[in-house]
Amino acid sequence: MARRYVIVGNSAGGVGAAEGIRQVDREGQITIVSDEPYPAYSRPMISKYLAGEADLAHMLYRPADFYAKQGIELLTGTAASALDLQAHTLTLADGRRLAWDQLLLATGGTPFVPRTEGLDREGVFTFTTLDDAKRLAAKLSAARRAVVIGGGLIGISVAEALAKKNLAVSVVELKDRILNMVLDEPASVIAEEAVRRAGVEVLCNTTVASVVGRPQNGGAVVSVFLDNGREVPCDLLVVAIGVVPRTDLAKAAGLKVNRGIVVDEHMATDAPGVYACGDCVEAYDFAADVVRPTPVWPNAYLGGRTAGRNMAGDAAVYPGGTACSSLNYFGLSLVSAGVLLPPANDGFQVLSRVEPERGLYRKLVLRGEQLAGLIYVGDINRAGIAFGLMREGAAVAGFAEELLADGFGLISLPRELRQSRLEGKFNGVHP
Amino acid sequence: MKRIVAREEYCIGCRLCEVHCVVQHSRTKNIIKAFKKERVRPTARIHVEESGPESFSLQCRHCDEPSCVYACLTGAMHKDELTGAVVHDPERCIGCWTCLLFCPNGAIAKDAAHGKVVAKCDLCGGQGTPACVENCPNEALVLEEVP
Repeated sequence: MARRYVIVGNSAGGVGAAEGIRQVDREGQITIVSDEPYPAYSRPMISKYLAGEADLAHMLYRPADFYAKQGIELLTGTAASALDLQAHTLTLADGRRLAWDQLLLATGGTPFVPRTEGLDREGVFTFTTLDDAKRLAAKLSAARRAVVIGGGLIGISVAEALAKKNLAVSVVELKDRILNMVLDEPASVIAEEAVRRAGVEVLCNTTVASVVGRPQNGGAVVSVFLDNGREVPCDLLVVAIGVVPRTDLAKAAGLKVNRGIVVDEHMATDAPGVYACGDCVEAYDFAADVVRPTPVWPNAYLGGRTAGRNMAGDAAVYPGGTACSSLNYFGLSLVSAGVLLPPANDGFQVLSRVEPERGLYRKLVLRGEQLAGLIYVGDINRAGIAFGLMREGAAVAGFAEELLADGFGLISLPRELRQSRLEGKFNGVHP
Repeated sequence: MKRIVAREEYCIGCRLCEVHCVVQHSRTKNIIKAFKKERVRPTARIHVEESGPESFSLQCRHCDEPSCVYACLTGAMHKDELTGAVVHDPERCIGCWTCLLFCPNGAIAKDAAHGKVVAKCDLCGGQGTPACVENCPNEALVLEEVP
């Protein structure tokens, strides 16, 4: 009998799993359950939607005939409400019950919203789904000022879209610099300059202490008070502090959950036949050499693809993912990956090169012979070579300095390594 | 599928492959016009690397396990089911640079001619011999059938 695969979540991880399954099993029944009413779309593009630069058709992650062609049943607009590990069933919010032989949880993350007074007012938004973007877009024409809480990737992406729509935007960041999770200090300075040049106000070392609303009109937001006493007027307030793994379904079912759902190198949970991937899990971070959530799109897809192949009976191993970012907001060209701020005296070595007049900054973090982290700002065209070496765990200490130079390339690599690249062999990706 | 093999020992570093790649991806497909008349010059999808006497020319390897495809945030980068080529749809590309970070060969570049998207080898559409192979004077680039 054909295997019954049920996938909870219809974004990078869920689609990756379906494609992994289909690599191995053309016959099995695949059902994807999504609480969103759309086919899979590029979540990072919701800022393009808000800016009026893309609609859903433009945002589709896979061609419109993807589900039909791959023989996937897509159940949209319905949440999964209960998972029974013994009976092998999944109950949906609308009462339907699905039986599964193999199940994947790709439930993603939930935006973190602090308990600050007034964050339940009208005019306050989160920004992780297309529906979030639609709700926000509907308010743009009547709005003049926006405050964004959080200077991370999501905060900067929404700030850019709001600035493009000619709103006066202030970004409030608790730490001393924006993008502090994905950049080091010199790179943050470069990014902040670009953000300010676009007319966006950046307020660091502070946070929103309270939200002021109108007495009438349902108490819609009119301003925020920062913890330094300053009042910033705003019609819109976007909470973009971060996302936390969405693990409620897994927890209620009795799966092992730490910060995220716990999975092994096959992306299998501690229950037979149940896998998990993406923003809801904690998985191996090869650069930091720890197990932790690394909620980035490529890791979700690759974890999903690995899980899918294993669900279909293959033996695929997740090579590990690390935190990585690439950035084009506000005209920036910037990539980073791995350990950016190594602890002092812990066997790390840092190489860097700065040429502010060219907008160039490069930094490599080495642990022993291997690369553990990198940042390229400005000319990023060949940064993938360095990240490839990092993912492969190649011994680079002998030529690492060259990776900082102009015109570096595969020619900088030892002959044997270079030859394997020319032959199209790369050992950093397993599924 | 067909794959372009780079033979380091035959490469003379002349960069004719880069020139003909530009011509092939130009509007007029005419060498003089492409370099002299066209308002925007296409970005070469192939790159000659040189160090002393050593040189070789490299474009996308059209990997079996393409990191760029797996990492792509929008689905713009995909593997053509029929030809096996890793191809890129500029209409769906948002220039987020994720594929640049994930290509272990540095074979994807920012498209200088068309703003916020990337440029990469498309095997010249998969029809016939790619321009770089066709115009290599010393067979340092050859088209081979691979299983």
